[in-house]
Amino acid sequence: MRVNLKVWRQPGPHARGEFKTYATPDLNPDMSFLEMLDVVNDELTLKGEEPIAFAHDCREGICGTCSLVINGKPHGPHRAVASCQTYVRSFKDGETITIEPFRAKPFPVIRDLVTDRTAFDRIMSVGGYVSVRTGAAPDANSIPISKIDSDRAMDAAQCIGCGACVAACKNASAMLFVSAKVGHLGLLPQGQPERYRRVLAMVNAMDDEGFGNCTVTGSCAAVCPKEINLDFITRMNRDYLVALVQEGVGRKGAKEGAGG
Amino acid sequence: MKLESKIPAGPLEQKWTKHLGSIRLVNPANKRKYEIIVVGAGLAGASAAASLAELGYKVKCVIYHDTGRRAHSVAAQGGINAAKNYQNDGDSVHRLFYDTIKGGDYRAREANVHRLAEVSVKIIDQCVAQGVPFAREYGGLLANRSFGGAQVSRTFYARGQTGQQLLLGAYSALIRMVGAGSVEMLAHEEMMDVVVINGQARGIICRNLLSGQVTRHSADAVVLATGGYGNVFNLSTYGRLSNCTAIWRAYKRGACFANPCFTQIHPTCIPVSGDYQSKLTLMSESLRNDGRIWVPKKGADAKRRPGDIAEEDRDYYLERMYPAYGNLAPRDISSRAAKKVCDEGRGVGESGLGVYLDFSDSIRRLGESAVRERYGNLFDIYREITNEDAYKAPMRIFPAVHYTMGGLWVDYNLMSSIPGLFVLGEANFSDHGANRLGASALMQGLADGYFVIPYTIGDYIAGIKPGSRPSTDAPEFVAAEAQVTGTVQRLLSVKGRQPVSHFHKRLGKILWDRCGMARNARGLEQGLREIPALREEFWANVNVPGDGGTLNQSLESAHRVADFLELGELLCRDALSRDESCGCHFREEHVDAEGECDRNDDDYAYVAAWEYAGEGKAPILNKEPLVYESAKMVKRNYK
Ligand SMILES: Cc1cc2nc3c(=O)[nH]c(=O)nc-3n(C[C@H](O)[C@H](O)[C@H](O)COP(=O)(O)OP(=O)(O)OC[C@H]3O[C@@H](n4cnc5c(N)ncnc54)[C@H](O)[C@@H]3O)c2cc1C
Ligand code: FES
Repeated sequence: MRVNLKVWRQPGPHARGEFKTYATPDLNPDMSFLEMLDVVNDELTLKGEEPIAFAHDCREGICGTCSLVINGKPHGPHRAVASCQTYVRSFKDGETITIEPFRAKPFPVIRDLVTDRTAFDRIMSVGGYVSVRTGAAPDANSIPISKIDSDRAMDAAQCIGCGACVAACKNASAMLFVSAKVGHLGLLPQGQPERYRRVLAMVNAMDDEGFGNCTVTGSCAAVCPKEINLDFITRMNRDYLVALVQEGVGRKGAKEGAGG
Repeated sequence: MKLESKIPAGPLEQKWTKHLGSIRLVNPANKRKYEIIVVGAGLAGASAAASLAELGYKVKCVIYHDTGRRAHSVAAQGGINAAKNYQNDGDSVHRLFYDTIKGGDYRAREANVHRLAEVSVKIIDQCVAQGVPFAREYGGLLANRSFGGAQVSRTFYARGQTGQQLLLGAYSALIRMVGAGSVEMLAHEEMMDVVVINGQARGIICRNLLSGQVTRHSADAVVLATGGYGNVFNLSTYGRLSNCTAIWRAYKRGACFANPCFTQIHPTCIPVSGDYQSKLTLMSESLRNDGRIWVPKKGADAKRRPGDIAEEDRDYYLERMYPAYGNLAPRDISSRAAKKVCDEGRGVGESGLGVYLDFSDSIRRLGESAVRERYGNLFDIYREITNEDAYKAPMRIFPAVHYTMGGLWVDYNLMSSIPGLFVLGEANFSDHGANRLGASALMQGLADGYFVIPYTIGDYIAGIKPGSRPSTDAPEFVAAEAQVTGTVQRLLSVKGRQPVSHFHKRLGKILWDRCGMARNARGLEQGLREIPALREEFWANVNVPGDGGTLNQSLESAHRVADFLELGELLCRDALSRDESCGCHFREEHVDAEGECDRNDDDYAYVAAWEYAGEGKAPILNKEPLVYESAKMVKRNYK
C-alpha cells in the first residue's frame, strides 16, 4: 500500500513552518508508523532533501519520546498506545495522513516534529520525589502496603511523560501529568511526609511554565498512552485544597481550585 | 598494559566490608571542591549522579536524551533480583552469588559478583523508600517471581514495567538534586571524547545535538554509565538511539575493552517481519514462568496451524532437554535450542524462524483473568505488533540481541584502565561473565550507582589535590575538540549515495551471521574481512544531508554507525581469539557430546581486555586471569 504524508516542516525554533506533502513508496501494512517515516527519510536523503526530524527511541511505547499528532490526534488513531506503537495497517491505501508536532506554548518546536518538553523536568524538580538519601532506607517489608493502594499507585506511576495530555488539551494544561506523579506518591506511605508540600510546589511550577487551566474536558485521558485516569486530577485538586488550608497561604487563582 | 584488578585480600564474604573500611575518604567540606562528570542517566548514571551529589560532590550529568527518564533502562520489563529470601525458599547472598557465577559460565570476576549479591538487598529497600510501586501480595508484602537460571523466587517486579519504575525512582532522586542545585543537568549533549591529561581522565568533549556546538568540560573524575552496545547488530531490543560512542572513544584513549564478543541473545522476542524493521521487541522472560515453548516434532507440520497439531506431535524441547529447569533454562541455552530446532526445519511462522510460546495450559489451570493479571500488557504489545491474540493462539518468538556482557574493563573500584575514568552499568564488563541471568542487569546498574561508586570513587578523589582541575584551554582539550569537529566535517562532506541506515543494516547482518548465536573460525575470519571493507565503503559513500549547526539526526546516527563499524571488527576479533565455547559464546568447533558448550578453563579462564594500539594497528590482547577462591569451576548443568 501507499499513502501521502502531509508533514509539518519547520527548520528551526524561530523559523516559519509549513506543511509539505510526500508520497510514500510501497509500504508493508505490518510496518510501524515510525518505520514508515524511516523509509521516507531514506528516500528524501537520496533525493538530496533534508529528512523529517521526529523524536523517538524505544519504539515500544515506554520511553515517552515519540510525540506525533497524527490526523489531529496525539499518538494517532488508537487508544492506549504511543505514536511508535501505531502501525501502517491502521490507515487506508491512498489515504493522506497529516503529521504534526505536539503543539503547546510550553513545548516550543525544535525542528519539524520535535518539541522541547523539558518544562516537565522543571516541574518534577520541585517536588516529584520522596526525599530519601541513598542508604538511609529501612527494610523494604517493614511497611506493608495494601495491594489495592500499591496497584493504584502503579496505575498513576505508569505515566511515560510524553506530553500527549498537554497536546490534546485546548488549554495546554499539564494537570494529568502532574496529578499522575502527585497521585502515585500520595497513595504510598513513603510519600506522605511531603504530600502537601509536593502538590503546592508542583502546581505552582506548572503555572510558572505557562501550562493552562484544566476545564475537565477529559481530552487528556482520552489520548494518554497509559490510560491515566481523570480521577487523579480530582485527587490532586483535593490535596491541593488541603495543602492551601494547611499552609494558610492563598495564591492567585486559588478560588478556582487547582486549575493551575 | 598491566591490569590490576585491585581485588581486596581476605575471604570472599569479607572482601567488600573490609575494603569499605580501608578505602580513603574525602573530607565532607572538601567534597564540594571536586567536580565529577557523570555521562548517562539510566539506572546506573542517575543513581550514581544522585548519590554523589548527596555526598556533596559537584556533579554534572550529561545525556543525549532530552530528559533522564528516557534512558533505555526504562524498557526493562521483567524484574530485578535481590537475595531478600522473602519467600523463605532457601535464597541467600551465597546462592545469588553462585547462580550468577554459574549463569555466567565462570567467566565473571568472583569478588565483584559476590559484592553485587551482598548489596542487592539494599537496592530493594532504597527503591521502596523512593516510592517504587513494586507488586505486592494481598497481605501487603512484596511479591516475587522466578527468572531463568534460578530455582528460587527472588525477582521483584512492577507489572511488566520494572525498568520504568526503577528508572523513575532513580530519576526522581536525580531531579531532586537538580532542584537543589547540586547536579547540573546537560541534556541533548552527546559526549564525543574523553580528555586524558598526564594519563588521567580530566574531562570530556560534548556536542550539543540541537545547536551542533562542541564544548569542553573539565572534571576531577569522569563516570561513564552509557549503557550497552548491542545496536552494533542493528536489530536488537535496545532503543534506536543506544550506541557505543562514549565507550568506544574512551577505548581509543586507552581504556581497555573487555570481552566485546559476549553479547546476549534473548530467547523470547517477536520475530523479524521484514527488512524495513527498525527494532525487535522483547517478550519478557517472566512469560516463561507460565508459557510452554514448543515446535512440531516433524518439520512437515511447521506450516500447519498450531491448534491443529496434536499434543503428541509437539516437542516441548526445553522441558525435554533440560528437565530440571525446563522452560526456565538460562537465556544462552534457550536461544541456542531455538536456533537448533529451527535449523532442523521445525521453526514456525512465515520465515521459519520462530518457536511457539504457548499459554493454553496456564489459561486452563489458572483462568484467563489470572494470566491477564500477570502478563496483560505483554499480550497487548504482542497483539499490537503482530495483530494476533495470544490468549487464543500461541505466541511466536525468536531470539534477538538484547544485552552486552562485554564492556570497558574496570577494576574492583569500577575504574577503567584510564585512572579517573569510571564505568558503571551495562557499559562495563564486570559481573555477568559470558551470560547474564534475567533480572540481574537492573540489579547491577543500581548496585554500581547507589552502593559502589559513591564509596570507591572517594579512594581516587582523595589522591587528587582540590582545585587542581585543569583549564579547558589545556592543549589536550583543544586537540580533542578539533578532532570532534574534524569528524563532523568529514561525515558531512562525503555526500555519497547511501543513507546511514544502509550501512548499519549491512553491518548488523554480517555480525548476526558471523558473530551471532553460533560462531566458527571461518565465519569470523570472513567477518574480519567484510567489516573493514564495509567501513571503507561507508567513508566513501555515505550521505549525511544537512549541516552541523542544527538538529541533524542523520549526522547523529552517522557518528554512531561509524563507531559501530569499528567496534564490530573488535567483536569478531575477540570471538576468534577465544577458541572455546562458554555461555553466549558458542564456537561450533567446541561442542561436547550433548551439543553443549565445551568450555576450556585451562586456556581461557581469563578476561580478554583489548587495548587500542592506534589507527590501522591490531589491538593488543591483555589477559586478566580469573581466579576462583570460593566457587568451583564445574560444567554448567541445567538438566
Ligand atoms: C527491552 C529490554 C528489557 C530488559 N529487561 C530487563 C529486566 O527485566 N531485568 C534486568 O535486570 N535487565 C533488563 N534489561 C537490561 C537492562 O535494562 C539494561 O542493561 C540496563 O537498564 C542498562 O542501564 P544503564 O544505566 O547501564 O544504561 P541505559 O539505561 O542505557 O542508559 C544510558 C544513558 O547514557 C546516556 N548516554 C549514552 N551515551 C552517551 C553519550 N555519548 N553522551 C551522552 N549521554 C550518553 C543516555 O542518554 C542514557 O541516559 C532489559 C533490556 C532491554 C533492552
Ligand atoms: S519511542 Fe519510546 S514511547 Fe514511542
